[in-house]
Amino acid sequence: MARWGMVIDLDKCFACQSCTVACRMENNTPVAGPDQASRGRAILWNEVLPFVEGEYPNVTMTFIPRPCQHCDNPPCIKVCPVKATYKNEEGIVLIDYDRCIGCRFCTVACPYQVRYFNWYRPEWPEALKEHLNPDPEVAPRPKGVVEKCTFCIQRLRKARQKAEAEGRPFNPTDYVPACVQTCTGHARYFGDLDDPDSLVSQLAASPRAFRLLEEMGTEPKVYYLKQG
Amino acid sequence: MKTNKGLTLAYWVIVALMLVLGAIGLYWRLTFGHRLANYGQLIVWGLWVAMYIYFIGLSAGAFLISALVYAFGVERFRPIARLALFTALVSLLVALLHIWFDLGHMARFYEVYTRPNFLSMMAWMVWLYTGYFILLLVEFWFETRQDFVRWSKEPGLTGAISRLLTLGSKDLSASSRARDEKVVKVLGTIGVPLAVMFHGGVGALFGVVSARPAWHSGLFPLIFLVSALVSGGGLLTAIYALLAPNRGTAEYQSLVRDLGKLVLGLVLLDALFTFAEYSIALYGSIPGDVAPLLAAMTGPFWYVFWIGQVGLGVVVPVVLLGWNRTNRNPFWVGVAGLSVVFAFVGVRLNIVVPPLSVPELRGLVQAVPSARMTTLYVPGAMEWFLSIGIIGLGMGLYALGYNLLPVKPQAAKEA
Repeated sequence: MARWGMVIDLDKCFACQSCTVACRMENNTPVAGPDQASRGRAILWNEVLPFVEGEYPNVTMTFIPRPCQHCDNPPCIKVCPVKATYKNEEGIVLIDYDRCIGCRFCTVACPYQVRYFNWYRPEWPEALKEHLNPDPEVAPRPKGVVEKCTFCIQRLRKARQKAEAEGRPFNPTDYVPACVQTCTGHARYFGDLDDPDSLVSQLAASPRAFRLLEEMGTEPKVYYLKQG
Repeated sequence: MKTNKGLTLAYWVIVALMLVLGAIGLYWRLTFGHRLANYGQLIVWGLWVAMYIYFIGLSAGAFLISALVYAFGVERFRPIARLALFTALVSLLVALLHIWFDLGHMARFYEVYTRPNFLSMMAWMVWLYTGYFILLLVEFWFETRQDFVRWSKEPGLTGAISRLLTLGSKDLSASSRARDEKVVKVLGTIGVPLAVMFHGGVGALFGVVSARPAWHSGLFPLIFLVSALVSGGGLLTAIYALLAPNRGTAEYQSLVRDLGKLVLGLVLLDALFTFAEYSIALYGSIPGDVAPLLAAMTGPFWYVFWIGQVGLGVVVPVVLLGWNRTNRNPFWVGVAGLSVVFAFVGVRLNIVVPPLSVPELRGLVQAVPSARMTTLYVPGAMEWFLSIGIIGLGMGLYALGYNLLPVKPQAAKEA
């Protein structure tokens, strides 16, 4: 069984945000108008965050793309009162939208702030509506539930189906989330962290590798490679 | 008598206005969901969660004070024991309504019963206060059963309600009263650990969240328990001191004094706990620990902390209950109780909101320099209106119960 993980090379990321856009198109995350955005209602499963350090004139800026960290020890799962959020056997943290009661305890418990509540029924401008991903697995989530990055789990299903249709065994490299596929700087890598020969597991062992808030013991499966 | 009538009328007018606002809030909530609420991505819990822990605290506190009588036999407080039980019931209802409206999917609350995750403090909390709710109802019934039987002969609404609430029981014998008392003692005793667990559990719900350093402290469940006792004690003291039917008697005077002493002790204990929590974190100077506390103390709502929490919550009651010119005067003791009751709304808001305004990922707020990562939370009209309506409903039910059920503070010999 694979343990899916991601590596993001911060030296290669130039913050073009195409991952953010690709994620949005792949996963049907709703857009927020100015009014709702100003109330903190924008849903961005994968955001590129510019972290600023220091004071002028000695300022450095680090761009950190932040998908769900898919922790091996996820604090969000422990606190969910109804087991609506769970980690599947391949290590991907998911949400059952039919079960979520919308208490937002997981949103509070996630130190990475990657979980988004649907404050209202998702809406798209007409032009965007035509481009929604028809895959039922990413059907727009109803209002009142929490949603977040799934490592594009629907692509795993499709990759497996494709391999089966082509009569060949499934290869872990068949499964590529939208942000990884679209990354213009080739800064993102994805694969099986348990396979010692996979590129991600080798990069995750690099001396440049670090994880966000590692001290919290959440064991994220998203690794970053330091700049410089 | 005249002023009493005027006050009663004013009370009902206020309740009616509150219910009207509540109806507007309810319409907005059901029509627009959470769209009109002002909590957002960073501060995902707001007024309703604060009100929930406020009223659940009042409930646990009032219950534990009733348990002094029913479980521990402290006869001193017998005259307010039933009122305490009834206060616990109504506050619990108000608390649960608040948290129910806060859910994204209100109709799915049953999932907590059908598929609970017992690793979640929230699931524990729901299960425990369900047990507590049932226990309260049963205990209240056994405690008041004989009065319902007696009152069922009365004409009008009192008689009708009492006939209904006897549930068919007619036994007025001394032996049945002895049985009732035994049941009440057993239930009151079981209720003590239950109340400690569920309200400590509410504290633990916050305490277990390691992503919020301001909550993540072993002291948190204990602070919740002490503050429940303070706010519940303050409310009962205010009601007894200002409304007891036997005002002016020596017995009333001395019970008010004792309630004042109880509240004073609890206020000081709570202040000590809060001081420990704040001072240790501030001394440690870890930015993530300090920031939420500074947000409460020096942020845009500094007055909720200094005027509400410290002023009304500690200074006013300590002066009024400590100074011997005022602590013998039931009016001022009642005012001290009310002061505590109001202050604790601020305490609860400061527990919920400032810690949520500081994300664990340092620099996140600066990284998203737009309104959507706002650290400022002011409840919106929908939140206020719905909350005011729920509180109005509670006040209405409370006043009805106070007048129609056998819960009025009694003189010791009657009880």
